[in-house]
Formats: sequence, structure tokens, C-alpha cells
Amino acid sequence: MLLEVNELAVSFGGVQALNLQHFQLEDRELRVIIGPNGAGKSTFMDILCGKTKPDTGSIVFNGKPTRDLTEVQIAEMGIGRKFQKPSVFPGLSVYENMLLATRMKKDVFTSLFSRMPAGVQEKIEVMAERVGLTSALHKQAGALSHGQKQWLEIAIVVLQDPRLLLIDEPAAGMSDKEAEKTGELLLELSKQHGVIVIEHDMHFVKQIATKLVSVLVNGKLLMEGPFEEVKNDQRVIDCYLGRANAQLEKL
Amino acid sequence: MQLKPAKLINILFILFFAVVLPVGNMLGLVSVNSISLWGRYFCFAIAALGIDLIWGYTGIMSMCQAFFFCLGGYCMGMHLLLKATALQQQLLPEFMTWNDITALPWFCEPFHGFVPALILGLLVPAAVAFVIGYFIFKSRIKGVYMAIITQALALSMYLLFLRNETNLGGTNGLTGFKTVLGFELHKPGTKLGLYLVTLAMLCVAYGCCYKIVHSKFGKVLQAIRDSEPRVGYTAYRVLHYKLAAFVVAAALGGLAGMLYVPQTGIITPGRMDVKASVEMLMWVALGGRGNLKGAVIGALLVNCVYSYCTSVFPQGWLFILGMLYILTVLYFDKGFLGLFEKIGSKIGIKTNSERYATGSK
Repeated sequence: MLLEVNELAVSFGGVQALNLQHFQLEDRELRVIIGPNGAGKSTFMDILCGKTKPDTGSIVFNGKPTRDLTEVQIAEMGIGRKFQKPSVFPGLSVYENMLLATRMKKDVFTSLFSRMPAGVQEKIEVMAERVGLTSALHKQAGALSHGQKQWLEIAIVVLQDPRLLLIDEPAAGMSDKEAEKTGELLLELSKQHGVIVIEHDMHFVKQIATKLVSVLVNGKLLMEGPFEEVKNDQRVIDCYLGRANAQLEKL
Repeated sequence: MQLKPAKLINILFILFFAVVLPVGNMLGLVSVNSISLWGRYFCFAIAALGIDLIWGYTGIMSMCQAFFFCLGGYCMGMHLLLKATALQQQLLPEFMTWNDITALPWFCEPFHGFVPALILGLLVPAAVAFVIGYFIFKSRIKGVYMAIITQALALSMYLLFLRNETNLGGTNGLTGFKTVLGFELHKPGTKLGLYLVTLAMLCVAYGCCYKIVHSKFGKVLQAIRDSEPRVGYTAYRVLHYKLAAFVVAAALGGLAGMLYVPQTGIITPGRMDVKASVEMLMWVALGGRGNLKGAVIGALLVNCVYSYCTSVFPQGWLFILGMLYILTVLYFDKGFLGLFEKIGSKIGIKTNSERYATGSK
């Protein structure tokens, strides 16, 4: 088991944002989380990567509890996060963005004095090829299009070589074609990493949900199951998608 | 081999200040006073490099650089004063006698030797910055709160140094220096020597800063400026990086102060008040933030104009500085250097930053 979460709860100003009884993820599993706005999906990822501290509950990642660790310690243990709003380093070039992300010793003295380890350059070039940023490698990251920034952030997270990738709305703001390419990338990544994806776009979910889909509603887990089952479940249709949901009926 | 414009500027700079000015001085064309004046500007430029590192590159507005400058200055000043006292065969500096002190305070003891004073001049500001920085950055204080806290620190230290009880000369500070390493300070040769040493140290400081900002460490600093949370999730300990930048900036301030004191002959708390720190930030803002050359040019140019203005129309200086600042903020936010680059690109010289933006290598 890569990740196991029990009795996780957090509330903001008296409002219960998340109250998760149990959640678990196998190694090399790709899990999609869906749910209406305010269901606690992003909050869940915030807690997993150390951005938000939970009120109660336990998180065991790779056999070790992570609840009381800082975000840096969690990142070092191998959890990488892609945010909903692309978060890259706009003032640096795409290459430098990837260089900073790449897994290596990251203390002050190493950064100041040692040369770049062998193989990093190739690693970055391969990654750039995979996310289609080869021609933009020496461009400033702030000058990229929204879709390119999304890909750059995915590249940043992958280059950290984490065991678990937390990907928040990767297809937002992408064209259908770009989204499809992103889906393929995520599927490929799930061969080596555990991946949790939050997504709203049902076409995209259909493409990547090869195993389980979890549905969060009002901070609670409503159900878990294969995409087909979730899609046809009356409770999901009722509370998440509404009674007249065009998007779901089309599929 | 074709010379890049950036390299050419470096060479012209060194050539002018290391050869033309000293030779002009020997030929009697340049007065010793202006040599000494430029030496002091170089000190300011070194301190400005520190500000550029912490503010321009890391995005942390530190408003106590002048305090670190003075810590270095007081270390050197204490050494020079003890030497002068020994030369006059007295036991205690004059201001201590006035204050009814009978024995040299413990904290003055290490400053008898030149080398210990040098080391302490770097170490004391760095250590103070380390302690202050640790608590500030640990509590994740950022932005305007950082500016306010460091400003309050500068003010409180200013008030502390003003007190006679602190035994650092109060309002009058430390003065009455005679020699440095046996050379008499008032002699033109010594002044020229100090000028050259300061110029050399400016070049060394610039070189070190250049190495720092072009290393991976420097890239992390810029990443902290742009998107601090992302740096943390990329597994960098932001606290360590900020602290390192703050300590290096403080040490540069200390170095600048140490070089400043023998050339000026006095160090007073007036050098470390809030205004002094704000002025240092202004040099960097006017010269070009996030660009090492900008910091140096800003410090030199603003002080040059300052000296000129205060002798021609003393009341006008603050108005001119204020106007320059408003113009910079409104029209050329990358400072003088950004302006030069803009003009340069109009007449066809391609600069580094443009090549960067268009993506060609």
C-alpha cells in the first residue's frame, strides 16, 4: 500500500471541509477524484502535501506517518504536487525550472559549489520532449501559454521523481487535443508512480480512469468504483451532477 | 574573438578606475579628494551588491543594510582608534575618559590586532544577520512585515549606538584615527592605496556575487522571489536559502563598512539610521534591481549626483532624488540599466536579457 488515510478531518472556521473515513492507494495506481465544487478535493491534496494541517486523522505514506511533517520533508519522502493554478517559476527559463526540480541533493552548499551531476541534462531533454517543450527550453517560463505552463508544472513534479504524484485539474484550460495528450502522459506515468488526479472534465476522466474513481461530496467519500459504475450510480448523478446533467448523459 | 558588450563594460570600468584615475592623480589632474570620494562610493557599491542579492534576487526587502555596514565600520573604527590611542601612549580612547571609564571594556579587547578586527568586521554582521534572519524567516515573515521589522531593528540599533553607556562614542561615534597598518591616513599615498584596495574588493565582491547568482543557488533565490511555495514543494529548504542570502548580504555590508571607515576618518550612528538604509535601497532601485551591474551603477551614480548637487544647490538634493525615484517607478522599472538596455536595443545592440526572452541560445 502506497498511501493509507484514516479518519482525516479538517474544518475551516467551523465549516467541515473534509471528513474522510478511509482512503487508500496501491503503488502504481492511477486514481481519479471527482466531486462538485467545495467537496474537499483540493483540500485533501493540500493535506497530503503538507500545505494544510489536518485537525485529526492519520496519513501513512510508504509505511511512514506524514501528518506532522513539513512540506519539504513530505516532498523529500516522495510526494509531488501539481496545483490547480499553474505554479512554476516565471522569472527562470524552462530549462532552469526543470533543473531546480530534478531530483538531486538540494541543500545550500551543494547548490552553491558542486557541479551538475552527470545525466541531468539528458534527463531534462527527455522530459522536455515528453511534454512538448523542447523548442521552448530557453524561453522564460512566464512567457509560456497556459497549456504549456500546465505541462511544465507536470514536468517539474515528475522530475522530482516522486513515488506519488498529486495532480490537480491538469486539463483545465487545455484544448481537447492537448487534454488527450496530457491523459496519455498521465497513464504512462502511472506505470512507474502512484498518481491521484482531480478532474472535472468527464471525457478526460473516461480516458484516464482505468481503475477506480473516488467521488467526494461535502468532504465525505460518497463511493468508489470503476468509471462506468460511478457514472451510472444514481446517488452520484443526484448529488454531484444534478438531475439534468447533459455531460453525463452524452457519454 | 568577439567581445560581448557586457564584458566590454567590465573592462572599460576597471580600466578607467584602476588606471586612468590613479594616473590622473599622479599627474596632478585628479585631486586626492576626488580619489578618496570615489573610494567611498565603491564601499557603497559593495553594500548595494548585498542589497541586490537579498532584495533584487531573493525578493526580501531588508531595510537594515546600513546597520550591517556600520557594524563592519565600528569594528574597523575600534581597531583604528585603539591604534591611535596606543600611538599617543594613552590607555583609553578619549571619549571613554570623558565617560569616567577606567578600564577598556571587554568587547574592545579583540580589536587590538588588525587581522582579528578584519575577521570580526565580517563575522559580527554575519552572525547578527544569522540570528535575526533565523527568527524572521522561521516565523515565515514576508513582504512588508519583513521591511517593517528590519526597519525597526535599524532604528533600535541606532538608538542603542547613540547612548553614551554603550561605550561606542555616542553621537560622535568613533573618530581621531591616525594610522592603518602603520600608514598615516592623512597622506595622499595612503588614500590612493585605500582607494585601490576598495576597488579591488569591489571587483572581488562583484565576482563572488556573479558566481552566486549564476550558480544553482542563485537560481533557487530567484525561484523564491517568484514563487516561494513551489520552492518548498520542490524539496528545497527555503529557510536555509533565505538565511544564507541574508548572511552573505550582511557580510558584504560589513566589508563595505570596514573599507569606508579608514577613508572617511569617522563612523557615527548617523550612518545607520533608517534613512541610510532606505537610501541604499534607492541606489539599487534606481540602478536596476535584480541585476548586479545595476546595483553598482546605481550606488556610484546616485552618490556622484548627490555630491554634485549638495555642493551646487544643497536644498535641492532630496527633490531631485525623489523625482528620479518617481520617474524610475513610473517609466523605467528596471532602473538606469534597464533604460540603457532599451536605448541599446534601439540602436541595435542585443543584450543578454533580450536573447533570453526570445528564446535563442
